[in-house]
Amino acid sequence: MAPITIDKVTKVYPNGFEAVHELDLDVAEGEFMVLVGPSGCGKTTALRMVAGLEDISDGTLRIGDRVVNDVSSKDRDIAMVFQNYALYPHMTVGENIGFALKLRKLPKAEIKRKVNAAAAILGLTEWIDRKPGQLSGGQRQRVAMGRAIVREPSVFLMDEPLSNLDAKLRVQMRAEVARIQRRLGVATLYVTHDQVEAMTMGDRVAVLRAGVLQQCDNPQVLYDNPKNLFVAAFIGSPAMNLFESTLAEGATSALVGSQRIQLGDAVLAAKPGLKAYANSPVVLGIRPEDLPVAGDDEPMLPGATGVLEGDVELVEALGSELLVHFTTDARRVEAEGAKEADAEGLNSGTLARGGEGVARVEPRARLAAGSRARFNLNPLRLHFFDATTGQAITS
Amino acid sequence: MARSRRRVGWHRYFNGLYLSTALVAVFVLLPIYWLVVTSFKTPGAVGSSPPQYFPNPFSLVNYKVAFQQNSFGHYIVNSAIVAVISTVLVLSIGTLAGYALGRLPMRGKFPILVILLMISVFPAVAVVAPLYLLLRDIGWLNSYQALIFPYTAFNLPFAIWILRNYMLGIAREMEETARIDGASPLRTVWSIILPQAMPGLFTAGIFCFTACWTEFLMALTFNSSNNFRTIPVGIALFGSQFTVPYGTIFAASVVAVVPIAVIVLVFRKSVVSGLTAGAVKG
Repeated sequence: MAPITIDKVTKVYPNGFEAVHELDLDVAEGEFMVLVGPSGCGKTTALRMVAGLEDISDGTLRIGDRVVNDVSSKDRDIAMVFQNYALYPHMTVGENIGFALKLRKLPKAEIKRKVNAAAAILGLTEWIDRKPGQLSGGQRQRVAMGRAIVREPSVFLMDEPLSNLDAKLRVQMRAEVARIQRRLGVATLYVTHDQVEAMTMGDRVAVLRAGVLQQCDNPQVLYDNPKNLFVAAFIGSPAMNLFESTLAEGATSALVGSQRIQLGDAVLAAKPGLKAYANSPVVLGIRPEDLPVAGDDEPMLPGATGVLEGDVELVEALGSELLVHFTTDARRVEAEGAKEADAEGLNSGTLARGGEGVARVEPRARLAAGSRARFNLNPLRLHFFDATTGQAITS
Repeated sequence: MARSRRRVGWHRYFNGLYLSTALVAVFVLLPIYWLVVTSFKTPGAVGSSPPQYFPNPFSLVNYKVAFQQNSFGHYIVNSAIVAVISTVLVLSIGTLAGYALGRLPMRGKFPILVILLMISVFPAVAVVAPLYLLLRDIGWLNSYQALIFPYTAFNLPFAIWILRNYMLGIAREMEETARIDGASPLRTVWSIILPQAMPGLFTAGIFCFTACWTEFLMALTFNSSNNFRTIPVGIALFGSQFTVPYGTIFAASVVAVVPIAVIVLVFRKSVVSGLTAGAVKG
């Protein structure tokens, strides 16, 4: 029996707003499941329904083998970590961690033992008599975690627990939270708007948009085979380049702006569905790392069949790689709502007009702003989407 | 180097801000100084010309007169009973009402708050006469409850406003966490909300206590018997038709101010301190 089974769960607010629409999601034993999406996509509402802080309008929610739609929060055997930690400021770290046990009327000695054990796991032992006000952000975050783990629940719920931390600490705590979760082996439902967090922490990632589940799979599958434009644009940083395109010559080549890209037969063999789109518009998706720079003496890298040219607008040197912002005369496609999640990449919309794109290339490529760049294209690494429905053309 | 440091030091103590602060302090403290100094003068020296800036000779006779010839000690007890009970009532009702208005889903919150605000600025003079008739009819004139109930009623709105604002400042997640932890609503209010609302409770309590301690109009009107007189009325009625014993009045006033000053000094930190600091954001 899965620890959490969300079965066609819907949330409609009294004002008629549907925050979550028929969400289906299973969290397996010991699994770290991340709910990700732009703000307002319903991920927090979904989590709060699991926590019992919001009523479920329709559908069934099971925790273990119990239907808990009408079970109160405290009887659901869950623990929740909030974005702002919600530590009790007038209690010490130890009292904060032990409060739930005290309410359960456990013997004092046992509370103490469990609190100390939790504090040891989190490296909080020396702070146990401090008040939250005397702790740093990372320590407070750990106290909030401690309050959750001390109860030994069957499910952890976490609502953006890292977003109040500064960038460096967030990366550190990201690993730590994942480590603790793996060590305890408790099924976890984790909400975040940060796709990097989702990718790095989740065993599986569920992408939500406007209350509707878009795709749920392990991070690499989401990255390699996004089901639709939204997931393609949302997952990955910098985001996938999406251009309007037309398939020509019986779908053996693609027009991107004024450029023609040879696809070759391998693409059609892998994605025979493309034939149906011959001479019609599609959206062409290219991951930034799938745009290697073509050398002067070696115009075509192995596997590449086509070349995309662009005018370099800006080169960001990150040391290990270069982010090359370029423009083409093709029209860029935006997946609505997916943009804001791209926190780490430069928001290219402010930089250039028209068909701008980003390429992630090796650091020794000699490219400067104002020059013309030639990128190799491996057609098997291209993504195609239906221009009207946004669904990926996969087969 | 040394010179520039001196100039910095000079600027630190003689800039406009310090000067204006000092002026305000003098403006506020001078009457209090005069009150205290005069209370220690002999009756003859009180109105002397030129005025004495320091009591000479130093005398406690005014205090003796206040407590021995006038039953001032009795007034203090009356005032304390009325003010303490009113404050306790105001805080208990105000906490629950403030929580309800701040947090619970409720119809007509806004109208209730507006009405409360209107009541708190309503002139007491306007209700003294009808209240007098009412209290007379139920036989409550000359009693503690004749003051306790009106005081509670008139101080509640302000207290509710203060407490409600404090409740609003306490993160909702705090309550949700407590709920998931298994705390009942009453337990949540008692263990989680109240400790965090302490600064609000102190603030509301001090305002309420001071208002009850110094209230004059109702105390004068409702309790004409000497047995139930409170401090302000008692002081005002010192003396007789032909004499105004300024020295005694000043001495009694000093005694009346002391409890308030002590309360404010003791609880100053609780009122000011950010008790909720660090609770929520990282």
